Amino acid sequence: MTETVVFAVCAVGAVASGAAVFAVDSMARATFALLASFLFTGTAVLLLGLSYLGVLVVLMMVMEMMVMAVFMVMYMMNPAGLMPMSMVHNRNGALAVSAGVFLLLAAGVVLVPWPEAGGAPPADPAFALGEAVMGRHMLVMMLVGMVLFATMVAATVLATSRGRYDRYGDDLRREHPDDPIGGGLGR
Amino acid sequence: MMLEAYLLLAAALFSVGLFGALSQQSVVMVMMGLELMVNAVIVTAAALWLYTSPQSPDGQVLVLVAVTAMAVEMAMGFAVTTALFRARDVDMVDMAADLADRGGPGDHGGHGGGGER
Repeated sequence: MTETVVFAVCAVGAVASGAAVFAVDSMARATFALLASFLFTGTAVLLLGLSYLGVLVVLMMVMEMMVMAVFMVMYMMNPAGLMPMSMVHNRNGALAVSAGVFLLLAAGVVLVPWPEAGGAPPADPAFALGEAVMGRHMLVMMLVGMVLFATMVAATVLATSRGRYDRYGDDLRREHPDDPIGGGLGR
Repeated sequence: MMLEAYLLLAAALFSVGLFGALSQQSVVMVMMGLELMVNAVIVTAAALWLYTSPQSPDGQVLVLVAVTAMAVEMAMGFAVTTALFRARDVDMVDMAADLADRGGPGDHGGHGGGGER
């Protein structure tokens, strides 16, 4: 009973604060509305008995929203709602599409005969997850690691303002790269 | 019954995120919409794990993948935003519509990349 009440509060809170992200007139407020939505969803995941993944989601979202707040300040068009401005295009079309998608998904949720649970959940789901990613599902873990590494490299390359033509000249024939700070291997 | 409730929550989150991703003009706000949609995937995978196959950890692995996808989306999204802003002083999706088919605001937004460093 308590679980149902907590879930209802979390579900309503998650959807309401998710909708608030696109309703408030300040990007800083939108960031914190999104954080609230993620915290509500993290609580819902905790209710499912996934203590490790639920805490992981909550911690990751808190850090992610802090980073996002920094970027919000950088790219903010409407600081703290001082100059309200509309930043939407095709609002009615987007509303129609998303309402249609929700009705479609909800129809699927209600109409599909979902299978019954075959047995009780393990005593320690986090242990089962660890065994899975270190055993039968190790490919997932390896791919995730590679993707995260590639993301680090690609994000750094994209975000830096200096490319190889800045360092080695237009014909890439400069003997030593022209860096603001010298150093590195072989120099 | 609880499974349906969780899936309805996920459907609502997905639709709200879809609305944001379709309607917002700021690149950062579009990314917020995408994050809400990935969040719906997390809720779906966790609920399906507990209520349909709690004994096999596949649903949990899917949650792990979705969390990773969210982190990658955020990092690459901000990197692309920064690159776009550096190259053309643009932080609205409408001004980066060069690949769009028909003439639109995108034709006036850019003034050539790489010119200013």
